[in-house]
This record gives sequence, structure tokens and C-alpha cells, in this order.
Amino acid sequence: MATEATPMSAGVTGARAGELVRRAWTKTWPPLGAAALLIGGWQLVVWSGWRPDYLLPGPMAVFARLGQDLRDPDLYSALLTTGTRAAVGFSLALVLGLVLGLAVSRSATVRAAVGSLITGLQSMPSIAWFPLAILLFGLTEAAITFVVVLGAAPAIANGLITGIDHIPPLLLRYGRVAGARNATLYFRIVLPAALPSFIGGLKQGWAFAWRSLMAGELLVIIAQRPSLGARLQFAREFSDSEGLLAVMIVILLIGILVDRLFGIAEGRIRHRWGLEQQS
Amino acid sequence: MRLLHVESRDVPDGGTRVSVEEVSKIYGRGPREVAALKDISLNIESGEFVCLVGASGSGKSTLLNLLAGLEQPTAGRVSTGGGRVALMFQEPALMPWLTALGNVLLPMRIRGKLSEAAAHDEARRLLTMVGLRDFARRRPHELSGGMRQRVALARALAQDAEVLLMDEPFGALDAITRDLLHDELEQIWRDRRMTVVFVTHNAREAVRLGDRVVVLTSRPGRVAAEIRVSLPRPRRTDSGEMTALAYQIGERLRTEVRLRGD
Repeated sequence: MATEATPMSAGVTGARAGELVRRAWTKTWPPLGAAALLIGGWQLVVWSGWRPDYLLPGPMAVFARLGQDLRDPDLYSALLTTGTRAAVGFSLALVLGLVLGLAVSRSATVRAAVGSLITGLQSMPSIAWFPLAILLFGLTEAAITFVVVLGAAPAIANGLITGIDHIPPLLLRYGRVAGARNATLYFRIVLPAALPSFIGGLKQGWAFAWRSLMAGELLVIIAQRPSLGARLQFAREFSDSEGLLAVMIVILLIGILVDRLFGIAEGRIRHRWGLEQQS
Repeated sequence: MRLLHVESRDVPDGGTRVSVEEVSKIYGRGPREVAALKDISLNIESGEFVCLVGASGSGKSTLLNLLAGLEQPTAGRVSTGGGRVALMFQEPALMPWLTALGNVLLPMRIRGKLSEAAAHDEARRLLTMVGLRDFARRRPHELSGGMRQRVALARALAQDAEVLLMDEPFGALDAITRDLLHDELEQIWRDRRMTVVFVTHNAREAVRLGDRVVVLTSRPGRVAAEIRVSLPRPRRTDSGEMTALAYQIGERLRTEVRLRGD
């Protein structure tokens, strides 16, 4: 080993830095490798001539187009619309999920009434709500928000319900011995204890919200309001495959990014709660 | 500043603090009915350290739950003289998301009687008392089993209760840690003049700590024998008298187990 010859402290720092680089590399190469394989496969399909170039462009052309789009202000106004819809829908789903989750976990009657309905809703493809939403609200923001909320709220509620159901009974008994009741019991013990599972529910709720939102933006296109979904739809109408694939990459990247953010929050909380060993 | 001790105690030392009168506790109904406690009566004086020993099924944990107000008796009356009651379990039952300090602060925050600064002072004092001054910022999963149970003891003391109920609190600890905690608990009990009801199935532990050892029968639990331990404190577990007393209580327990056949 090269570091063995250096003085003790420098050797230790050097070894530590080397360790960090190695750990970062172990974490980054598998996804990078997978992406490279995927792009390579895509290029092979293009080269095979299965579909003409104007229908299925190669990765180089699409990434060039993506670079061009990233300099286009229209993309950012589309991102802003879509981002705002996602934020509004997800926030409403969060409130609804919290209220529903608390109601179900507090009351056996509410649980019997809507407990399995919530789980059922969670497995129902939210795109199935759109025809009804469009009839009820027309081609409006409200129709999109309605479906996003319906898509995300059950997962969020279920995360909270599972979290509360799995609180070790001893912690609740302690709460009673210490004289915690109602709101105090919830804020001091129940909600913090349920937090790891609740964050898991949020992460899942986000995935549902994002899917519902994309479906909604394809179906409910509002004039003069550019969105990622509208860009997809227009690209298809103009047979602009490059533009279409570029938008799809943006959608994928946003999905991955937000999922990672939730993943990091979840990891920190689980670590703090002592739910997993340090690596 | 002794903020926690301004309230006058309604029972003078030596008066009855805990009373259990003709208490029965029955779980289930009809053919599945199980009597955990049957017509049990017990008086505990203020400042007294009483150990309840019994084999499994003697209803000793049930009795503590009744005293803590977690359950109601099927018949009879329990009273702790209106004083505050703290309960310590065999498991530390600490909140995993809170530090040791946060866990000790919890009961004071729940009661909300102290300012945040006063509660912090008290929590630090209690952590120092149980020998964890330097571990205030650690979370439960970063502490050993003995340390966690010390935090739980500090947390129970933070309730500033007149009566401390302990349900086999040291049962899961190794012998050395247990010995140390016995010494600490005895010291704290003397300083604070609390009433302690300590449940254990370990006769030696009962003799080490109790002013009085109450032996309970199994299913249903009744008082089988009461032994007053008048050995001077602090007691040494290896002294001849203690060994003899522990043996005597152990024999009584074994007879109980044989009688009930479990």
C-alpha cells in the first residue's frame, strides 16, 4: 500500500480520503453503469433500423435536443406549471391523508367504515378517475388537482395508520403513566413514533401524485398554460419524437430527484430513531 | 432551588400511603375467566420499600397496573393517597427519537408545570444522579442496556412521584449492573423518602432492597406470606443472614409453584 510509507497522521487522513472516494464510487457506479447499458441498448435498436430515425431518434440526437430545450424559457414555464400543480395537489393530499389517517387510527368505527376503502383506493389506477373529474370540473385545474389528491392521499393516510398501529404498546403505556392525554399524547409520543412509517407513506404518495399528474396533464390540456404533459402531447401531435423523448427524460429525472429527497429524509429519520445500524 | 418539592405531601412519614383493600381482578368472562388477583389486601406505609415476589401468574404486574391507575379492579379498592405515581417497566421503554436528556425531560414537558429552563436543570441533575451526566446527548440505541434502564429510572424520578412502582426493572440486566443499580436505587430512595413498590421474582433481590417482602400465591394472586427484613442498610448480598432469608423466601415460592403445578 502506498500510504504505508507516509507519516502516521497523513497516512490516516489519506486512507480516510481514499475510503470516502471508494465509498462514493461504490454508490455511483451501479446506476451510472445501468444508465450506460440502457442508452447503449437504445442506440443499438436505433442502429438496427427497426423504426425510421424520425420516429425513434438515437440518444445523441435526443440529448442534443434536451440541451437545446434546457435553454428554452418555455420549458421553465412548463416546469413551473407542473411543479405548482404537483405542490398544490401533494399538499392537499397531505392534509387529507393526515386527517383520514388520524380518524381511522383513533376510531374503530371509522376504521371499519373506510379502512379497507382507503387500501382499495390506493390500488385503483388514478387515471380511472379522470373521466369523472372532467365531467365534474371540466378541463380545469380543479380536475387535475382532484385526481392528484385522490391518487396520493390514500398512500399518505395508510403510511400514518400503519405507523400508529405499530407503535410499541409499552411506549403508549408509558405515555398514560406519565399523564399524557389527547393532544399531548399525540404530539409527544404518537406522531413522533409513527414518523418513519409516515415518511414512507409520503414517499409513496409522491409517486402516486406524480403519476396522476402526468396522466392528468395529457388528458386535461388548458389553453395558454404550458406544462410538461402538454409538451408531450404537442410533441406527439407534431411527430416531434426528439422533443417527446427529451420531455420524458425531464419527467424521469424529476421523479428520481424527488424520490431521492424523500429517501434521504427517510434514511435520516430511520437512523435517528435507531431503526437501522450505521453502515 | 427545589422547585419540584414545594407541594406539601398529604401523608406524613409513617402514615399509610398505598392501600389495597379486598381487591380482585378478573380477566375474561364465563369459562375463560381468569382471576389474576383474589381478595388481596395490603397496606404500605409512606416511605416504605416493599418488594412483591411471586412466580409467574401471581398477578404482581396486575397489582402494579391497578396502583398506577392503568386498570381498574373488578372488586375492592386501591388507593395511593392521591399522590403522584411513577411506573418503571422491565423494558426501559424509552422514546427512540429522543436523547437521554429528552427522555428525562418528557414527563416534565407532559406535565407542563416547570419552565423549560428549570426542567433542563432538573433533568441534568437526575442524569448526573444516575451516573449518566456525560451521556445526555446519546440516543437510546447508542446506550447499553444498563444505561437505558438508568435513563428510565431518571425519567421515573422526573415525575417527582410520591410512589415509585417498579415492575422487575432490573430483570433483564447482568448481575454486576444490577448490583450497582441496587445501590443507586437504595441511595435515591433514602434521599427522596419515596414509597417504593418493587416487583421481582428474585428472592435475593427482594431481600437486598425491601423493608418488607410480600410473597404472592399464583392464580389467583393472594398474600401467602409477609417477611419483615430488618437487616441494616446498605446490605451485602453475600451476608449469611441475607442468604438465609432469601433461601427461606425462595422455598416459599417453590412451594407455591409446586402447589399450582406450573
